[in-house]
Amino acid sequence: MRIQFKTSYAHDIRLFADRWTFGVYAVLLIIAFALPFILGVFYLGEVTNVLIWAIAGLGLMLLTGQTGQASLGHAAFLAVGAYSGAILMESGVPFILAFPAAGIITGVVGTLIAIPAIRMHGVYLAIATIALSILADDIIVLTEHWTGGVSGKFFMPVELFGFEIDRWGTPFKFYYLVLVVAIICTLFYRNLLRSPLGRAMAAVRDSEVSATAMGVHIAYTKAIAFGVSCAITGLAGVLMGMFAGIINNETFSIVISISLLMMIVIGGLGSIHGAFFGAIVIAFLPQAISITTKASGLTVAIPGLEQAIFATILVLFILFEPMGIYGRWMKIRIWFELFPFARKDMFRRQKSYLKTERLR
Amino acid sequence: MSLLEIKNATLKFGGVVAVNDLSFNVEEGEVYAIVGPNGAGKSTVFNLISRFYDPFAGSFTFDGRNLLDFKADGIADLGIARTFQNIELFEHATVLQNLLVGRHRHRRTTLIEEMLFTRRVRREEYKHRAAVEEVIDFLDLQPYRDKMIAGLPYGVRKVVELGRALSSNPRLLLLDEPASGLSVEETQDMRWWIDDIRKQMGITVLMVEHDMGLVSAVSDRVLALADGAKLAEGTPGEVQSNPAVIEAYLGAGAV
Repeated sequence: MRIQFKTSYAHDIRLFADRWTFGVYAVLLIIAFALPFILGVFYLGEVTNVLIWAIAGLGLMLLTGQTGQASLGHAAFLAVGAYSGAILMESGVPFILAFPAAGIITGVVGTLIAIPAIRMHGVYLAIATIALSILADDIIVLTEHWTGGVSGKFFMPVELFGFEIDRWGTPFKFYYLVLVVAIICTLFYRNLLRSPLGRAMAAVRDSEVSATAMGVHIAYTKAIAFGVSCAITGLAGVLMGMFAGIINNETFSIVISISLLMMIVIGGLGSIHGAFFGAIVIAFLPQAISITTKASGLTVAIPGLEQAIFATILVLFILFEPMGIYGRWMKIRIWFELFPFARKDMFRRQKSYLKTERLR
Repeated sequence: MSLLEIKNATLKFGGVVAVNDLSFNVEEGEVYAIVGPNGAGKSTVFNLISRFYDPFAGSFTFDGRNLLDFKADGIADLGIARTFQNIELFEHATVLQNLLVGRHRHRRTTLIEEMLFTRRVRREEYKHRAAVEEVIDFLDLQPYRDKMIAGLPYGVRKVVELGRALSSNPRLLLLDEPASGLSVEETQDMRWWIDDIRKQMGITVLMVEHDMGLVSAVSDRVLALADGAKLAEGTPGEVQSNPAVIEAYLGAGAV
């Protein structure tokens, strides 16, 4: 069992708890950077896809896991990011400017949409954001002049620091681009967690009444959470567009929204790890299913098989491991750290106490 | 001038008069207790001061400023911190993080700075953590520092909530039943803490409490409420021997 001795305030706000943790992440990073030399083009593409989903997941995690606002409309924000990125690049803005600009535009759009939406709580917010997802499809078709409507928009190879990045031509360069964006987004997220605003978000999630009494402006905090969440999601949207090569009104359907929410629940709500774990499941599962069905000699496609398996997994997680993969991972780790002293009921939920009657 | 002046406060919920033409002053540096039977309107007075409710009539002045000019989230900024009767902590955060939320009114950094975790954010964080660490020391919370609230026993939660209110460096501390649900030893601790909060930190305390032992031990003045109106005000001894108060608690004929 590792014991941390804290000798200064800096210990609590360091990115890594101790040398061991730092070592683990350093190794992980080295492996991530070495992957193009290890994997073939197909699997590198799959890993890139996982990372893109993880970035989108980070965005939603900030809103749902950290601030407690469920959103089923994040596919719409992926679309806003992807289309604004595509339109900017088409009109000649270099990628280095267009990419962050797409994020900022999505963030602003998200904040504007948040202003009426934050009056709603829980399931009502989820329903309102579903509407957003559905509307996005129609809006894309209606604004054909900019979005290309049903025929869609193409993503051309981009140039960054003199390198030409092409999803098909130079998949390893595209992988590095996605990896760097993922690392930067993770850092932003992590920094928020250790500063006042991140704590205010958690406060809003757990008790709006006492957050207010502590001087947290609820509406402002939620709006900021929406903004940052949508900005990150917008970046993922651009990358998703580049990954797919072409996007149209059907690319960012409500199914994507649901998958995103599922992903962070399966991964583990409220943790950065959860976004990555969830992305691995969501992005690899379709491949795993098709590989197994092929291997088992099935020649006919079974409609709805994928959805059924996804749904089963989600139900099983909610029933048996509400903390998601990350929660399970932590439990296994603690079990080994305490070995042989781990007790069976150690993680059983404590009885929770009565909350102050809601004031509104 | 008193630190907190409440004049003719009235609040109605439909036909129910929760607070009826209530006036009282809390002087700087004192411990002022509000007692009364269940439903007397004690917590409602707190919720009026924290601006969770809009009063029907009346004036609320804190340190010369009109509280009605502020919204609920602006009250902490004035230097008023509070606890809740049924504990409203942030369940899925550690004790340390809960106390740090108490520092929110001292936040000076912006979103962009925090995302980049600039040097200034780091310096501010050190300051917040130094302040919180003093509170942890004061309330003996060291063993629970990095524990999740969700797993803590009731008594400790009560102390954490007091700690969160103290972390904001308030001038006026509103304690809603600080000893409810606590054991005899924990109530004793609470008594010393309230004493020290007043004497060492110079914080004015306004509290609602049922435990008359605690009330007479720590408070300078007591206000007895019944049906939202003032029944008696004075030293703990005076209020306890007031016939009207005894009647409200025990019924007519008990004297």
